[in-house]
Amino acid sequence: MSSEASAARAADRMAGVEPVPGVPKPDPILKASGVRRSFGGLTAVDVEHLEVQRGTITALIGPNGAGKSTLFNLLTGFDRVDAGEWSFEGRRLNGLGGHRVARQGMVRTFQLTKALTRLTVLDNMLLAAPGQVGERFFGALYPPAWRRQEAVQRERAMDLLRRFKLDAKKDDLAGSLSGGQRKLLEMARSLMVDPSMVMLDEPMAGVNPALVQSLLGHITALRDEGMTVLFVEHDMDVIMGISDWIVVLAQGRVIAEGRPEDIRSDERVIDAYLGTRHDEPGGDGEAARGAEEEA
Amino acid sequence: MDFWNIISTSLTTAIGPIAAIYVLAAIGLNMHFGYTGLLNFGQVGFMLVGAYGVGVGVGTFGLSLWAALLLSVACATVLALLLGIPTLRLRADYLAISTIAVAEALRLLYRAEFARPLTGGVYGRQSLAAGFIAANPIPSGRYGVAGVEFSANQLWTMLVAWALVAVALLLTWALMHSPWGRVIKGIREDEDAVRSLGKDVFVYKMQSLVLGGVLGGVAGALLAIHQQNITPDQFMPQVTFYLWAMLLLGGAARTFGAVLGPMVLWFLLTAFDETLRSLLTIGALPFLDGGDIGALRHAFVGLALVLLIVYRPQGLIGNRKEMLVNVK
Repeated sequence: MSSEASAARAADRMAGVEPVPGVPKPDPILKASGVRRSFGGLTAVDVEHLEVQRGTITALIGPNGAGKSTLFNLLTGFDRVDAGEWSFEGRRLNGLGGHRVARQGMVRTFQLTKALTRLTVLDNMLLAAPGQVGERFFGALYPPAWRRQEAVQRERAMDLLRRFKLDAKKDDLAGSLSGGQRKLLEMARSLMVDPSMVMLDEPMAGVNPALVQSLLGHITALRDEGMTVLFVEHDMDVIMGISDWIVVLAQGRVIAEGRPEDIRSDERVIDAYLGTRHDEPGGDGEAARGAEEEA
Repeated sequence: MDFWNIISTSLTTAIGPIAAIYVLAAIGLNMHFGYTGLLNFGQVGFMLVGAYGVGVGVGTFGLSLWAALLLSVACATVLALLLGIPTLRLRADYLAISTIAVAEALRLLYRAEFARPLTGGVYGRQSLAAGFIAANPIPSGRYGVAGVEFSANQLWTMLVAWALVAVALLLTWALMHSPWGRVIKGIREDEDAVRSLGKDVFVYKMQSLVLGGVLGGVAGALLAIHQQNITPDQFMPQVTFYLWAMLLLGGAARTFGAVLGPMVLWFLLTAFDETLRSLLTIGALPFLDGGDIGALRHAFVGLALVLLIVYRPQGLIGNRKEMLVNVK
């Protein structure tokens, strides 16, 4: 399917969905309710209700410390919730470890790229393939049991590496790749798991502008193939350009969600990003100025 | 000074039964640290429970050697599980702390007065290898060339020990060249990444801990057989540190690193001792006496380790490219 067609289809699916926090979606792949996590006295995440529509690119935005990465960690089983429940494809994920969540088809990447540096690029890819007989201790000792499977996975890995233009690097150690190439490798590697949803934690962080375009292309391509993408990002141009839906997090809560055009004009979002406006009587700006004068 | 004597004595040690036993334990440590990235600072603990599998099995209960060997393997497995279950879900440092403490606590436990009926306490257990010696097919006599000589019994122990080394090498080589080994190496690099790809990291770390621990246990059992007796106080923490020095010298994460390291270090240690001793005999070192050699030997190992880390951090046969890769 072409990119425009899939974007149009995604927009179609979201037609008529009200841009209000916690709004139900027509066909949600991920549903979370009452998810809470605090560190000491600080409530990092307190999401009342959130649904992610299947087959769309959903962006998760918010100022620093809004709890985006924590929410990611909670949903993917890399951190434990204090309360709440969430389900993926209708199956409850509460209490499942990170590897179990991944096996359900929800695969994440990390803000600080986690390339397996002293493995080759190809081994990074092959490692991610699911259900390998040779990954069992005793299965490993009998190569005829896994050689054929390995060959099939190698084909898949090479196809993906070609798509991400990393095929020439297949025998290099992943640690020798540039920051942007590591991001590409991490994305390609997550596809080896054969996910139905990918969660990208700041896929553009530290990537040079030339590569950003190519990464964006890859992300839209995921949707074009029918995958659901949830990603955390800071760059507003990037977010407005490719997202079908945007969820805004501030102080751990969903304060707004909607289409890019809804979010652009949402006052709460502007407030969250820029702080309460100074001309507002009784706003934070006023108080701060008062404090300054006293000093 | 008889140079040839020094060299032949050192060579004898480098290929002798003790070297083979250290190689086996180092292969286990290589599995832990070299491939999986597990910081095991208590490999001597696995050797201890392995040695006492034979010590208690044969010495206390009068079991056959085979049954005692099974007991050694079982003890090492249980120790690995006990160490791994509480710590392997936590950060790497917890395993390091637990292993070093547990290994030393085990030594004190095995030598304690109340354990004496079972372990023999500080006196240990004796005459453990009668069955092993009786099974020796090699006619008695001395074998070897040019000063590198072994008795029939030593040769028999060497044969068995090096055969076990070959089996252990084959096993680790096969495992590390399989998808299982790929996951293990991935865990060494970044276990969260591996977890995010759907692999149960805990299970893999546990398997690695058990495998390497069992190899340490078998090494301990061989030590008991070779010496025919054991005492708890030969399982001091420095055995672990010698193993680490040997593994790093040979090259971690290399199949033959764990073989080369112990052989080379035993060669150097013996050469060092013998040289000092012959210098003492001819009166060239009037300020030293024989008791100082042991202390100087420790200093020598320390110096060797420092030089190694400065000039050849990857070890003798390690991969420099892999060592220097940008790890972050």
